[in-house]
Amino acid sequence: MSTDSLSSIILTLVTFMPLAGGLLLMLLPRRDRDIRIFALVISLLTFVLCLHLPVYFQRGQTDFQYQVDRQWVSTPNIHYHMGVDGISLWLVVLTTFLTPLCVLISWKSIHERVKEFFILLLILETALIGVFTSLDLFLFYFFWEATLIPMALLIGIFGHERKVYAAVKFFMYTMIGSVFMLAAILWLYANTGSFDFVVIRDKIASGAVPGFAAAAQWLFLGFFLAFAVKVPLFPFHTWLPDAHVEAPTAGSVLLAGVLLKMGTYGLLRFNLGLFPEQARHNAWWVMTLALIGIIYGALVAMVQPNMKKLIAYSSVSHLGFVVLGIFSFTQAGLNGAMFVMLAHGISTGALFMLAGILHERRHTYEISEFGGLASPMPVYAASYLVIVLASAGLPLLNGFIGEFLVLSGAFQARAVYGILGATGIIWSAVYLLWMYQRVFYGKVTHPVNNSLSDLSRFEKMAIWPCAAAAVVMGVAPIVWLGAIDPAVHAVIATFPQTVSRVVGQ
Amino acid sequence: MIAQTMIATIAPAFSQALPQTADYVRILPEIVLSIFGMIVMVLEPLLDEEQSQKVLGLIALVGTLAGLGATWFMAQPQYQGLAFWNMVQVDAFSVFFHVLVIAIGAVVILSSYEYMAVQRIRAGEYYALILFGVVGMALMSSAIELVLIFIALEISSISSYVLAGFRRHEAASAESSLKYFLLGSFATAFFLYGVALMFGATGSTNIAQISRTLLAGPIPLLAYVAVAFMFVGLGFKVAAAPFHVWTPDVYEGAPAPIVGFMSTAPKAAAFAVLLRVVFVIDVPGMLWLIWVSAALSMTLGNLGALVQNNVKRLLAYSSIAHAGYLLVAFAASPSLGASAAMFYTAAYAAMNLGAFAVVSHLANAGERYVTLEDYEGLGRSSPLLAAALTIFLLSLIGIPMTGGFFAKFYVFSAAVKANLIWLTIIGVLNSGVGAYYYLRIIVMMYMRESRREVPVTPVPFALGVALASCMAATIYLGIFPSHVLQYAQDSAQQLVLDPSRQPSSSALISSVSTIQ
Repeated sequence: MSTDSLSSIILTLVTFMPLAGGLLLMLLPRRDRDIRIFALVISLLTFVLCLHLPVYFQRGQTDFQYQVDRQWVSTPNIHYHMGVDGISLWLVVLTTFLTPLCVLISWKSIHERVKEFFILLLILETALIGVFTSLDLFLFYFFWEATLIPMALLIGIFGHERKVYAAVKFFMYTMIGSVFMLAAILWLYANTGSFDFVVIRDKIASGAVPGFAAAAQWLFLGFFLAFAVKVPLFPFHTWLPDAHVEAPTAGSVLLAGVLLKMGTYGLLRFNLGLFPEQARHNAWWVMTLALIGIIYGALVAMVQPNMKKLIAYSSVSHLGFVVLGIFSFTQAGLNGAMFVMLAHGISTGALFMLAGILHERRHTYEISEFGGLASPMPVYAASYLVIVLASAGLPLLNGFIGEFLVLSGAFQARAVYGILGATGIIWSAVYLLWMYQRVFYGKVTHPVNNSLSDLSRFEKMAIWPCAAAAVVMGVAPIVWLGAIDPAVHAVIATFPQTVSRVVGQ
Repeated sequence: MIAQTMIATIAPAFSQALPQTADYVRILPEIVLSIFGMIVMVLEPLLDEEQSQKVLGLIALVGTLAGLGATWFMAQPQYQGLAFWNMVQVDAFSVFFHVLVIAIGAVVILSSYEYMAVQRIRAGEYYALILFGVVGMALMSSAIELVLIFIALEISSISSYVLAGFRRHEAASAESSLKYFLLGSFATAFFLYGVALMFGATGSTNIAQISRTLLAGPIPLLAYVAVAFMFVGLGFKVAAAPFHVWTPDVYEGAPAPIVGFMSTAPKAAAFAVLLRVVFVIDVPGMLWLIWVSAALSMTLGNLGALVQNNVKRLLAYSSIAHAGYLLVAFAASPSLGASAAMFYTAAYAAMNLGAFAVVSHLANAGERYVTLEDYEGLGRSSPLLAAALTIFLLSLIGIPMTGGFFAKFYVFSAAVKANLIWLTIIGVLNSGVGAYYYLRIIVMMYMRESRREVPVTPVPFALGVALASCMAATIYLGIFPSHVLQYAQDSAQQLVLDPSRQPSSSALISSVSTIQ
């Protein structure tokens, strides 16, 4: 009984718990230790609450679950409509999983303006969860824009040398991308009278939207542009390396782990969900961009002298896989895309933490500054190896499952996409292992590195959960795919119909 | 009463010549504000300078509060209607703008307290002029007679011309005042010329009458010219491109609290007039005039603001851009556009006044600290003030949870509904570009260390109240926009379906009904 009543408010609780914590944090006195502990407690509590979602999730169902639907603003008709399905469920869990780790990894490294840092981090968490849980387009846009400010401030205040440039670039790219989505949302509202995702989807599917045929391509592009900047797809990716290199570690973790997934989630939810026909028409060039992203990202990552930039470009490559899988319109491809999102969130998040740990000790990300670190820092080296292998797609670790599924989906769609995409896996092994070799193997090249301390307590607490998750996800992917599969099936179920309708004309 | 009814029965012609009690109630806020303005003027020479700062400000503040009370009284249903021979109309629309401009006046008076003392400005005329200016603006929103609108426009303009030059020792302020005066009189002349031509074209200066004449028959060419001229005059007042060139110079020189005042209250009033003119006098072709002006204002305003280094100039260009967003609503369909525009003026007033209250506090004696560099490190030296300014700036960008977000949202959604897709795209792109320069200020405050010594004095009580009320309004409009929007929609509905537009209900009937 109590689970029923909890089910109706659980999403609201999970979403706004961090925000409430952040507001409380404002009232706390500036004692850094207390603030850190408080932020950790709040983020852990959110994670524990969030576990309610997968535990009581009805796996067979394709409909949205834990729904709340209340009117928020009467004119225009804006609802507070939240709900999760198999697609958004795990992204929410991923967000709440990574945030406590971000708190832990920032325990020592942030020592100025500690209060502001954790307030921003918690506000960011609420906005991120809100993006994945909202089913009202207005609410979605609301949270989407709300992620911008805390992230830009985290980069701009707590970042490294060129932080201001990076923060402004990040803000402007995303802002300008998303105004096109706003225009598309406004058009949909003007012609359907609703912001509700489900209502709009059904109206479009039944052909009840006036003027839709003429506008559909523009609407698709409006949403696409906002998401493509966020993913980022190939020509829109230039903000990403700057933002990552300059961001503080926790910022990078959330940026790579969750913020980029907002883009791919949006493509899957809105571009495929609302405009299946246009998605199919535009698939060829979107997949081409994704392939360029996979290969270009990997090649650029290979030649980076800066460890953080290398990881950033590897994100461009990995997210290319996600887009490739989404636009293959196959069950395997979409399942794989979802799994890559989660796996990338864990492994790249962990890679950024590991890079941050080195930066804290040596204040540089240059790969040439290191070498032979395996002897002074054995635990660090071992943890790093697990994560690198997971990211490179070694079987039995989480990276493998997703990429394998994506590639098999891409093969089904068109063999050449699969073949070209598969080269991305080779490249990723090259740049990651080569980087690992240069940093950890051989003799210690710089004497300073001899005295580097190994992982501290807090760092272990932050890294090991990621390593454990990488292993569990690689061994038992069915736990995740079981919920993803029906939801994905529901998304592509609309496709044969649209095809037959086009053929029937 | 008996005498009145007697006159009414004996000589119907006279009954219209004598104003009734209800007529006075319908301009009660204006009367109250004028009386308080005069009290301030009379007391000013009687008090010594030390006292006058506090006392006169307090009287002026009480005056605005009394004005709000009078507006509340006027808003009772039995006082809705026409007054003074169809020159003034009290409806939800005019009540909305009354509350808005009087509240703006109150906040400006609150934020001027400290400023006056720091800048060593004699207080008397200053507060009186603010009150008189508010009288003119309030009257603009309820006048439905073009000549009365012109008079109200002049009352408000002349006060602002003088107020702009109040930093007497500064050459920039004198320049600002003179520039504003010369260009402003030029623009009002345009408006007056438009009124004259409209009279020539339709034989009336009553908006409802003009609307009926234009609806009835073929529209004379003269009417197009008249509307264009009136638009020029009002376009100047709201700082819409291409009539915006005065704005940065005038804002730069004028006292900071007055800039906050000038950029919100007269604009709101001029927009109210424009709303009546656009939606009641329905001239085809007006749409394209507004379309072009809106697109130009948004683009020129935002591009101009990108390169500014003086915060007051930056906000001046931003106000041009915001006039452009507002005009987008005008180009949209009547009922949707009018309510969106009303919401926008309210939200814009809250956020812009707040921003200028912060700017005027930081400016210090002689307005020395108004460049972007002076804001470096403010997040550290004065976290609360920086947080307040950040909220106002985020609202100006249009970030969720602030009034500015819903304001933009309603405007663009009205435009999309009216199928103005290109204007919407120009608008949303502009709001993306616009984010950059507001962000620059935030960057300065939080991400840079201060390089030179900028003294930050603690926030005095009055300014704190002003800031808190602006902030409360900004956030309230950002989270619970329904109430204000609903009110705006109802009054816009009244405006568009104005009974006086229907030929059947003549104005005479309503004036007779007020007698009873």
